Amino acid sequence: MTTIAVVSAGISVPSSTRILADSLGSATQRRLAALGQAASYDVIELRGLAHLVTDNALTGFPTGALADAVRRVSEADAVIAVTPIYTGSYSGLFKTFFDVLEDGTLAGKPVLMGATAGTARHSLVLEFAMRPLFAYLRADVVPTAVFAASEDFGAGSVRGSSLSDRIDRAAGELADKVLRRGTALPADPFENPTPFEDLLRDI
Amino acid sequence: MQFGIFTVGDLTPDPTTGRTPSEHERIRATVEIAKKAEEVGLDVVAVGEHHNPPFVASAPTTTLAYIGAQTERVILSTSTTLITTTDPVLIAESYAKLQHLTDGRVDLMMGRGNTGPVYPWFGKDIRDGINLAIENYALLHRLWREDVVDWEGRFRTPLQGFTSTPRPLDDVPPFVWHGSIRSPEIAEQAAYYGDGFFANHIFWPASHTQRMVSLYRRRFEHYGHGSADQAVVGLGGQVFMRPNSQDAVREFRPYFDNAPVYGHGPSLEDFTRETPLTVGSPQQVIERTLGFREYVGDYQRQLFLMDHAGLPLKTVLEQLDILGEEVVPVLRREFAALKPAHVPDAPTHASLVAARDAADDSAVEASPPSVELVETTEAKR
Repeated sequence: MTTIAVVSAGISVPSSTRILADSLGSATQRRLAALGQAASYDVIELRGLAHLVTDNALTGFPTGALADAVRRVSEADAVIAVTPIYTGSYSGLFKTFFDVLEDGTLAGKPVLMGATAGTARHSLVLEFAMRPLFAYLRADVVPTAVFAASEDFGAGSVRGSSLSDRIDRAAGELADKVLRRGTALPADPFENPTPFEDLLRDI
Repeated sequence: MQFGIFTVGDLTPDPTTGRTPSEHERIRATVEIAKKAEEVGLDVVAVGEHHNPPFVASAPTTTLAYIGAQTERVILSTSTTLITTTDPVLIAESYAKLQHLTDGRVDLMMGRGNTGPVYPWFGKDIRDGINLAIENYALLHRLWREDVVDWEGRFRTPLQGFTSTPRPLDDVPPFVWHGSIRSPEIAEQAAYYGDGFFANHIFWPASHTQRMVSLYRRRFEHYGHGSADQAVVGLGGQVFMRPNSQDAVREFRPYFDNAPVYGHGPSLEDFTRETPLTVGSPQQVIERTLGFREYVGDYQRQLFLMDHAGLPLKTVLEQLDILGEEVVPVLRREFAALKPAHVPDAPTHASLVAARDAADDSAVEASPPSVELVETTEAKR
């Protein structure tokens, strides 16, 4: 079973960021199923973790529900990360969550990016702010990033023509990456420590 | 089992009065606290090492020698010695000298230090932190065990025909603990040498400490120093006590809320739940501390952080009275009753000398004396 962690930094309830997050998660699940791969996705809402994320930023370790969320992201085969655009960029809460992940958590992991905002004028935030963030984290980001402005949710349905096309295209790219990569969890340095002779030799 | 205190030597304003002690007051307080620790029956006093404000913890061997001169029994240790940015030759000399001056009441805890600029101030690079810890300790280990050392490495000027003086007291180097919060490489290093491993414990959840100690124990056995449960483990702890636990919480809360490391973050209640911090009655501290053993196994040294976050000297001395009179005697008795006979105590200078002599004797008994053996024994002495 392929697992997809969907991180949503939406704040309001209901949240258009959460709607986009769900759409991306279910589209990826459908695409994987069509390719013969069973998959499940689970959404991590950062709003409920906001205080714990701040505590982690100050103390250096995650606790409680945040520790569980961090574990789910680390163990997932792919991550879908969706943020509202605030003040010209991803939200501070969204950034802080990725700040507190251990180094290497997203290295090589397939990632799909999404963002929401009031108008389409913010759409390039995905390319000029968010893509460099995930490049720094050495994630394997799909080419299509999905931006949804308020007007994209028109007609009371996410299944407006161009947004749903973008969602399907991005989901297809993510599904392909997941299948090509397979399940590759990083080595656990506690289970398999580097022998001291090697540490000494490699100084 | 050994019980003691460790300090980082911070100059922190008392949040209840806004007053920051002077450097002079804080340095003198460190000495008073150490003397009190011996007076109330603790076994170990460890001082930190920092090279930047707001700390007064540079020149640790100066502090330890001064404390050593005014105490008779307590073991002098460090929390931690910066093995990354301090010349291992200087460490070898300083702590061997301290051994002689204090009749062997010395051990050390190696640490890397996490203050970025300290590395360039001493000509190093923080990205080499692990490699510095490994290479510098490899040299220190030889300087204390080989009379004449030829050495060449990546980080230091080569040595040709170098003898570190004074030689360790009785030719037995100080016992070394390797301290780390989160680096498996350091647990591996401690295991390789058969040295002690000290888990900071106080800033991270127990589950993390358990993983570090478990790795160290497994690798200690792998390297042939004994069974995993014979590995030498130390833990940090952090407590604040009053007879009535509500009083302890009320008095400590402003210090917690403004503490340099975790202040303005999690609540006192959250941090108490997630880390070993215990604020309450002496009985609560006893129960919590006995519980550490359930996730790290039988261990050899428990150090408490008592003098941080701006707590006034008077309060710290009161805390040490409670620790020494009401908590440690019970912990000694309880831990001793639980510890199996094959689990060793923490090494001391006396026990290390005895172990060395026993090894020499059994080597002599194992085979008839030969010229070769006599020469080897002579060379050692």
